[in-house]
Amino acid sequence: MNPSQDEKERIGVYVCHCGSNIAGVVDVEDVAVWAGDKLADEGVVVSRDYKFMCSSLGQEMIEQDIAEQGLTRVVVAACSPHLHEKTFRGACARAGLNPYLSELVSIREQVSWVHTDKQKATAKAKAMIAGGVERVIEQEALEPLKVPIHPATLVVGGGIAGIQAALEIAESGSLVYLVEREPSIGGHMAQFDKTFPTLDCAACILTPKMVDAGSHPNIELYTWSEVERVDGSVGNFTVTIKKKPRYVNEELCTGCGICVEKCTRNVIDGEFEAGLGYRKAIYTPFPQAVPKYPVLDTENCTYFEKGKCKACQLLCPTGAIDFEQTEQYITVTVGNIILATGFDLFDARRVPQYGYGRLKNVFTSLEFERLSNAAGPTNGEIVLRDGVTKPESVGIIHCVGSRDRNYNNYCSVICCMQSLKFAHLVKERTGATVYNFYIDMRTAYKDYDEFYQHVMEEGTIFVRGRVAEVTDAARRSGEEDKLIIQVEDTLAGRQRRIPVDMVVLSAGLEPRRDAKQVAHTFGISCSANGWFIEKHPKLDPIATMTEGVYIAGCVQGPKDIPSSVAQGAAAAARVISRINKGEIELEPIRATVDAHKCSGCRICNDLCPFNAIVWHEDEMVTEINHALCQGCGTCVAACPAGAISGTGFSNEQVMSQIEGLLMFEQPVDLLAMAV
Amino acid sequence: MSHNGSKPTEKPKFAMYWASSCGGCEIAVLNIGPKILDVDAAFDVVFWPVAMDAKYKDVEAMDDGSILLTLFNGGIRNDENERLANLLRRKSQILVAFGSCAIEGCIPGLANFSSQDQIFDAVYASVSTDNAGGIRPKTHTTVPEGILHIPEFYPVLKTLDQVVDVDYYMPGCPPESHQIATVIDLVLAVLEGKAELPPKGAVIGAGDSTCCDECPRQRNVKKITKFVRIHEMDAIDPDLCLLEQGILCNGMATRSGCGALCPQHNAPCIGCYGPAEGVVDYGARIMSALASVIDSRDPDEIERILDGIPDPAGSFYRFNLAHSLLRTGKVG
Repeated sequence: MNPSQDEKERIGVYVCHCGSNIAGVVDVEDVAVWAGDKLADEGVVVSRDYKFMCSSLGQEMIEQDIAEQGLTRVVVAACSPHLHEKTFRGACARAGLNPYLSELVSIREQVSWVHTDKQKATAKAKAMIAGGVERVIEQEALEPLKVPIHPATLVVGGGIAGIQAALEIAESGSLVYLVEREPSIGGHMAQFDKTFPTLDCAACILTPKMVDAGSHPNIELYTWSEVERVDGSVGNFTVTIKKKPRYVNEELCTGCGICVEKCTRNVIDGEFEAGLGYRKAIYTPFPQAVPKYPVLDTENCTYFEKGKCKACQLLCPTGAIDFEQTEQYITVTVGNIILATGFDLFDARRVPQYGYGRLKNVFTSLEFERLSNAAGPTNGEIVLRDGVTKPESVGIIHCVGSRDRNYNNYCSVICCMQSLKFAHLVKERTGATVYNFYIDMRTAYKDYDEFYQHVMEEGTIFVRGRVAEVTDAARRSGEEDKLIIQVEDTLAGRQRRIPVDMVVLSAGLEPRRDAKQVAHTFGISCSANGWFIEKHPKLDPIATMTEGVYIAGCVQGPKDIPSSVAQGAAAAARVISRINKGEIELEPIRATVDAHKCSGCRICNDLCPFNAIVWHEDEMVTEINHALCQGCGTCVAACPAGAISGTGFSNEQVMSQIEGLLMFEQPVDLLAMAV
Repeated sequence: MSHNGSKPTEKPKFAMYWASSCGGCEIAVLNIGPKILDVDAAFDVVFWPVAMDAKYKDVEAMDDGSILLTLFNGGIRNDENERLANLLRRKSQILVAFGSCAIEGCIPGLANFSSQDQIFDAVYASVSTDNAGGIRPKTHTTVPEGILHIPEFYPVLKTLDQVVDVDYYMPGCPPESHQIATVIDLVLAVLEGKAELPPKGAVIGAGDSTCCDECPRQRNVKKITKFVRIHEMDAIDPDLCLLEQGILCNGMATRSGCGALCPQHNAPCIGCYGPAEGVVDYGARIMSALASVIDSRDPDEIERILDGIPDPAGSFYRFNLAHSLLRTGKVG
């Protein structure tokens, strides 16, 4: 061996058939032979093809070659790095080769799945492998970053998903800070009467969990509180919680309710009762609220308005009312964060043709929930806005704000089942004629379709078609004093006008109005719609691209209660396993600023999706926090001075890969294929 | 080299040559003032067409490696340029690509956006040229006295290191005189054994950060909502970063060394000191940087903001097209 060959890397190339996934379009045997021959000068000493490289036999082949052939670099041409990069890195590591000295070339997602011409696809696979070989020569041995995990967890949002997550973690023995911005935990579920399809009483199944969460020794509950700021990164986040003033000293308050009783101000309850009922200026949102301490609404409090009254303070038996209370900021340290901040209901006023807010007997789904709730303003009586008249006919409109390019393109998932539940409740409580206006019935999941069949059997009339308009302008006899639903019945193939007494708009779910701001606070991303983006839509729906930040429930997208609970539990399981392990290994793919080259132009300062960029005003340079950096490369691409480099994506690595791609004259125009 | 070692008392030889360039680099050298006398004292100037008479054949007659230092400015536009580049490479121990043209093509390199025919049309057939006969240059012309040769015009302008091996790079259009003086001092110190030469391939006579480092203007987090040209502005804030005022300033991407002269005088940096260390494609870098900080998510508004850049190729590749990844431009 001459010295120059001595210095050369010894590279193994492995071409995967992936059954027929790759081999069906790419001539894998030819590719392997070609690489062994044409890329020998680059240092390729072994080139093989195999049916399934990811199988244990395929991995053992690599391990054996590393041991016997002294490979110093490994290139696997198979699927996307998203799937099996870790697998092949593991094989290298087991054979004693630094795992980062391997390269996965995607000839499935980027070749066989997107091309049909075998000759051209084979040529492209060869070019990509040449690029991978040139690149792998420039790879560096890297060590994973190890970070200890603080055992406490922050759960944001006290709806059913957040409660479930908090309870799971608390039960496992670790501390949870549960932050809820409303006065009580419980979320939307606490407002419902029944849950579909079993018609369980929502409160009966939810309140025990609320009580558990409120009294659990491992859960520190912060209601009427919001997360103000998050610093740090996985394993060691520092979270600043803003505790809004309740004007009630929680140490002294016994939750007896005398202050609420004696308060002289009645206020329309626009939150919990959806505007259908009243509460006091000092109030708990509902009787089973957790915690039991009331909140004083300063905007409606006579004392705060006029400086007089103080009835609550005077009559409180424990002297718990404190008008001087101010915002408190509490700082906690946690290792992981679960975001379960839920959804907002679509505002039905945005669909003016349905008349909500203009036609008095048009109700939203949330109003209907309160109407039908035995603990609600009408004690469960389903009546018109006058508070006494029972409707004789009710129209329930599905997909309000959903599946509509004017509002939200997506399906809100729960509305079909919710509307069926409403239909059943109307039938049961009033015997009225019920019409459901739907686009498509979506009753997937356990016992859902059976419920649909049951509601049909009860006599609810289903009209397939998107409602054009709800109006009170009578045109025909029988329409006087009614709400007329104008709809194209697409099954009957004709326009219909259906007069009813009451209309219920089954409003869709929307991301929280401040979702983008919350995403920014926690360093995660929102989709264009505003739902938080999961790490993988199928295989990792509860993780995010930010290590240590998980999502559960509707914050990730519309879903029903069972799915929200499952996600809460799943996120908790992930956190518990992290806590048990005590530390986490992070990918060493990180961006680094060369302070010497950085001129402090500040182009990069606002770009990091993970808030990893720190500006040092005194030295006029930018720095990257490696624990926060996820190696996305945004700043690397943006740095005009080339002062930021990304591990694994150096100029040499990228340029040599391009050189490799262009190294051989290919019989086909690869650029033309890309078009 | 052995043939030099035999005459230890002889002064080291110096050469300077201009290929496809404007002459500004030569002026910059003369502009170093009295220090030019140090050059004369320390060196035997053997070849410098702009300053003294010399013939190519005189250079050809020299021993290979007999010139210690050659400053080569200008790009390689024709076969004469290339022949001299090869000749001076052979004769010189240290060959410096001097100035933007030699390093990255500079303004003459912008011709790489046009084909040879387009360039000749512009020169020989546009309204500014009285050329009724449609005469075009030919490399060989027979006259009664024999055959006349003129250099062959290449399809693209190349940089010096695209044709010969280059030892050092000295950026600038032209290099600033104080930087030239610093480099001369360094060479003199090396000759006296008091300093060492930088590693081969190094950029000399410049900083290793970017122009912003030398610019006193206040800099904030960048958010660009518009681009304006200086003449469109009522007043320029003398203390605030020009880019933050919407003026397309290339300072953040341009190698330091000039002292941020232009931005200090309310004129944006146009990039004559070339890319920062390790940057492969200056224009791509700067476009990527600007695109990152355009403060809008609305495609129409982004389009409108970008329309504020009147000449992207001229703004981002003014000096470096011939050395960029797009170096061959649109040819043919």
